[in-house]
Amino acid sequence: MIALLIRDLRLALRAGGGFGLGLAFFLLLAVLIPLGVGPEGGTLAKIAPGVLWVGALLACLLSLDRIFALDFEDGSLDLLATAPIPLEGVVAVKALAHWLVTGLPLTLAAPLLGVLLHLPGQGYGWLLASLALGTPALSSIGAFGAALVVGVKRGGLLLSLLVLPLYVPTLIFGAEVVKRGAAGMETGVPLAMLAAITLGAMAALPFASALALRINLR
Amino acid sequence: MMPDLGKYAFAVLASYGVSLALLALLVGWSIWRYRAVKAVLEAAEARLRKG
Amino acid sequence: MSLWEYANPKKFSETAARLLPVVAPLAGLCLAIGLIWGFFFTPDDYKQGSTVKIIFLHVPAAMMAINAWIMMLVASLVWIVRRHHVSALAAKAAAPIGMVFTLIALATGAFWGQPMWGTWWEWDPRLTSFLILLLFYLGYIALWQAVESPDTAADLTGVLCIVGSVFAVLSRYAVKFWNQGLHQDSTIMKVGEKDPLDPAYYWPLIVCLIGVVALFVALVLLRTVTEIRLRRLAAIEAREKFE
Repeated sequence: MIALLIRDLRLALRAGGGFGLGLAFFLLLAVLIPLGVGPEGGTLAKIAPGVLWVGALLACLLSLDRIFALDFEDGSLDLLATAPIPLEGVVAVKALAHWLVTGLPLTLAAPLLGVLLHLPGQGYGWLLASLALGTPALSSIGAFGAALVVGVKRGGLLLSLLVLPLYVPTLIFGAEVVKRGAAGMETGVPLAMLAAITLGAMAALPFASALALRINLR
Repeated sequence: MMPDLGKYAFAVLASYGVSLALLALLVGWSIWRYRAVKAVLEAAEARLRKG
Repeated sequence: MSLWEYANPKKFSETAARLLPVVAPLAGLCLAIGLIWGFFFTPDDYKQGSTVKIIFLHVPAAMMAINAWIMMLVASLVWIVRRHHVSALAAKAAAPIGMVFTLIALATGAFWGQPMWGTWWEWDPRLTSFLILLLFYLGYIALWQAVESPDTAADLTGVLCIVGSVFAVLSRYAVKFWNQGLHQDSTIMKVGEKDPLDPAYYWPLIVCLIGVVALFVALVLLRTVTEIRLRRLAAIEAREKFE
């Protein structure tokens, strides 16, 4: 499983692997929003938590179809499915690899973009915490969506349509943590809910994803 | 016969109009597809019997 | 006699053919009586004026929008556990119906909200949940359309429906939390305070509810039979190609 993780990471970091694309997209979004909304600090500070969370979510979405599509096309997914490790484990490892190359860099980059968006000083810690806690759920749910559409040609748009509604609870609680944190309010409840969603998604969704993959490989 | 809807006539009429139109479309589409598929299937089954 | 007999497509089609002439007129009759009663013969509300008449469309549509999804969930579970094709096809047949009811609920809500709340749209928990429900219907239908092999499509949409239901419920609670977190002191949200309903509105509403349920059953039967026939047609065509 560790070998698989290393292989996936290598493939993603190689030139053309799409690493950094999500980050660049996230940066672009943080530049475009103020250009569209206007430069007033008050307005930007107010929408910064939501914008950063939506940006992270969309940047995550960009690289989702790569989780299984390439392996499906060249047949290595069939080999993985017959490998001695269970397919659920494969899915979990692949989601983890996706998180390491998208979720983690996005989390680390978010405070910098927070500066661009005038995020209030109290909010940075909560931004880091909520993204670190929430992006694994995004990768897990995304892997499920990618497993569903792996057999569909040009499934990228369909993938967004399927995955975005599933992202709603994560987005709401994640953005709520930052919003409350930035305003100096209590953040315990949304933070706990966010953690619950992430743990639940990481525990249960690999089974659904592996089921979907088996159906697609039949 | 027409009840006096007062100043809210637009809201009420638009609600009924849009809802009934959507329902009519759904029912019409379903029935049309039912008939179309039935006709094609019967033709295919006739072909099958003739061999 | 057992319920599972109806998993046989032929048996299902025969039963549907016998049920349809009963259910379809019942739906038409109830809806006609309920809506005409509601539209022409109910008094105006002292506060809402004539917009109260929208309730006869809004409430049944909203109820069926949710029930249609629950029916799809049950059908998907039956398909995944017991592999009855009719069940998967019934879920497929129900999705567009549920989507239309969701649209009707949203549209009538907007028309009612415009004069009553002073806005077409408000990010109220209920409204937002319905918008998310609409997205779930869209995704479900799109997945059916996108996958070519019918059995694979049935399996994948079944899995999506089950996982989606969990997330739909989660979203419902998340959205409630989110809006309360934003503005607890909203003054225009009085959705929950409709009851106690005046008897003048109660009976036409019940008739409409029965009508909408009958309409849903009739449409699901009709569309499932259509799907069964499409399957049979595909089988015949595959055989012809083979010969």
